[in-house]
Amino acid sequence: MLKISNLTKSYDNGFTALKNIDLEVESGEIFALLGPNGAGKTTLISIICGMVNPTSGSVKVGGYDILSDYRKARSLIGLVPQEITLEPFLTVVNSLKFSRGLFGKKPDLKLMEDILKKLSLWDKRNDKTVTLSGGMKRRLLIAKALYHEPRILFLDEPTAGVDVELRKDMWDLVAQLKADGVTIILTTHYIEEAEAIADRVGIIRDGELLMVENKATLVERLGKRQLTVQLVDPLKKLPDYLQALDLVLEAKTGDLIYTYEADGKRTGIANLFSTLSDNGIIIRDVQTSQSSLEDIMIDMLGDKI
Amino acid sequence: MNYQAVKSIYVSEMMRAIRTITQSLISPVLSTSLYFVVFGTAIGSRMDAIDGVEYGLFIVPGLIMLSVLAQSISNASFGIYFPKFIGSIYEIHTAPISAIEILIGYVGAAASKSMFIGIVTLITANLFVPLHIEHPIAMFSFLILTCVGFSLFGFIIGLWAKNFEQLSLIPLLVITPLVFLGGSFYSISMLPPFWQNVSFFNPVVYLVSGFRWSFFGVGDMPISTSLIAIAIFIGICAAIITWTFRTGYKIKE
Ligand SMILES: Nc1ncnc2c1ncn2[C@@H]1O[C@H](COP(=O)(O)OP(=O)(O)OP(=O)(O)O)[C@@H](O)[C@H]1O
Ligand SMILES: [Mg+2]
Repeated sequence: MLKISNLTKSYDNGFTALKNIDLEVESGEIFALLGPNGAGKTTLISIICGMVNPTSGSVKVGGYDILSDYRKARSLIGLVPQEITLEPFLTVVNSLKFSRGLFGKKPDLKLMEDILKKLSLWDKRNDKTVTLSGGMKRRLLIAKALYHEPRILFLDEPTAGVDVELRKDMWDLVAQLKADGVTIILTTHYIEEAEAIADRVGIIRDGELLMVENKATLVERLGKRQLTVQLVDPLKKLPDYLQALDLVLEAKTGDLIYTYEADGKRTGIANLFSTLSDNGIIIRDVQTSQSSLEDIMIDMLGDKI
Repeated sequence: MNYQAVKSIYVSEMMRAIRTITQSLISPVLSTSLYFVVFGTAIGSRMDAIDGVEYGLFIVPGLIMLSVLAQSISNASFGIYFPKFIGSIYEIHTAPISAIEILIGYVGAAASKSMFIGIVTLITANLFVPLHIEHPIAMFSFLILTCVGFSLFGFIIGLWAKNFEQLSLIPLLVITPLVFLGGSFYSISMLPPFWQNVSFFNPVVYLVSGFRWSFFGVGDMPISTSLIAIAIFIGICAAIITWTFRTGYKIKE
């Protein structure tokens, strides 16, 4: 559905925002593009959708080149931009009509009603967009993108500044669209979000697509937790009775570090604690930590970064 | 050709025009009336007829041109600048439409709006001095050509403008002198020879002259010269726009 080959983008000021990106997304897939601020997510989406010209490389959507076959390629695409950019004085209905019209389609009132109801905007249909709340504006942007019936939908940070309820609605909507066979590409800063809805996740940083993984693989790594146990009398060396427990002794602090699967049936924590108390070791404090995206990236990529 | 898209752009632009109908009408009607009070009545009564045309009548074509020019430029430049400014231009960029379709939509709407205002100005003028139009078809053709030509020009300004200052400054710096030196209030033959020669580089001179010819059957130059001049002006604007779109310059990163 989407094929990006060797795509590079340098902005006019000489800044290279994308470096040799290669990516393929299958039809019907949900792909999450995960990365920190300024990674190049919006730039990548903007090129695919036709807002920014690529410097080199090629992009095909549904088999059509985005430059030489732009009409066919763009007909398949729906975009929900990151920033809220709405003509303020149009009503919700007219704003939708405009979007669909640009795609060469006559109004479809049934479909419009469906979409507006699904996004809880039906009551606001005759209101000017300037009078909508931030969350409603975001939903309207989604409605506009859906109203021309795209086959591939780009959501640029769909849940930024959105409350928990709406976030869940958004995820449901994405699932529904997937069921209708729509390919979805979304960007996010949050690994939880990628985890919740995506089939595959790509990690982008400084304009480089560092890796693309199935969600399952990523989640597995994310599931690892670390328990740090501080002792009243720090140990110099791991005693024999603790060797069997897969513990690591932090050389500097003398803390015990225990790694376990968060969703495993038996974490082994109880066993650890009872072994310690049986041997008269007094615990001063404990703390757990989850591997961050950064840890996972370092872990998975080794010295590639 | 994506006709539906052209229609969408045209209709939404016209809806904007309708929303602001009162303010877009008040200004030309008011300024035309003021011009008539000052130039037509107060000064005009002391002026001799020019080319056998009474002064109050003589200035009518120039006044209409003036409001049509200003309106075409401001409508067209604002029409494309505004979505660029608020960011909603992304919809245009991502839609399956070509540059020519975008152009027809925006320029068509701007030209229609200024055409309408030109006609309102004409009606206002008619309240002050009863008009007899010698060549009505030529008159309308000139009006249309002017609306289209200067809407194209305004579109270029809107494409290139980086901020609101540029958007308002360029019309002020370029258009005001062109219009005042364009023979709206006098005949070119009344100028000293040097300024007559300078005037021949001013496209507005040709427009006003041709337009005046369609009203009274007399102008500063033959009607064919006026037609060629406006054709060249439209051609240049179209070429600049084509080039701008081709290179993506000023539109996309
Ligand atoms: N028009 C531009 N000219 C020059 N540099 C730009 C331009 N637009 C973006 N950039 C730069 O390109 C880089 C990538 O920006 P981009 O908007 O794609 O990031 P992003 O991943 O979407 O970030 P965020 O998560 O903050 O939305 C940034 O360093 C940004 O400063
Ligand atoms: Mg972004």
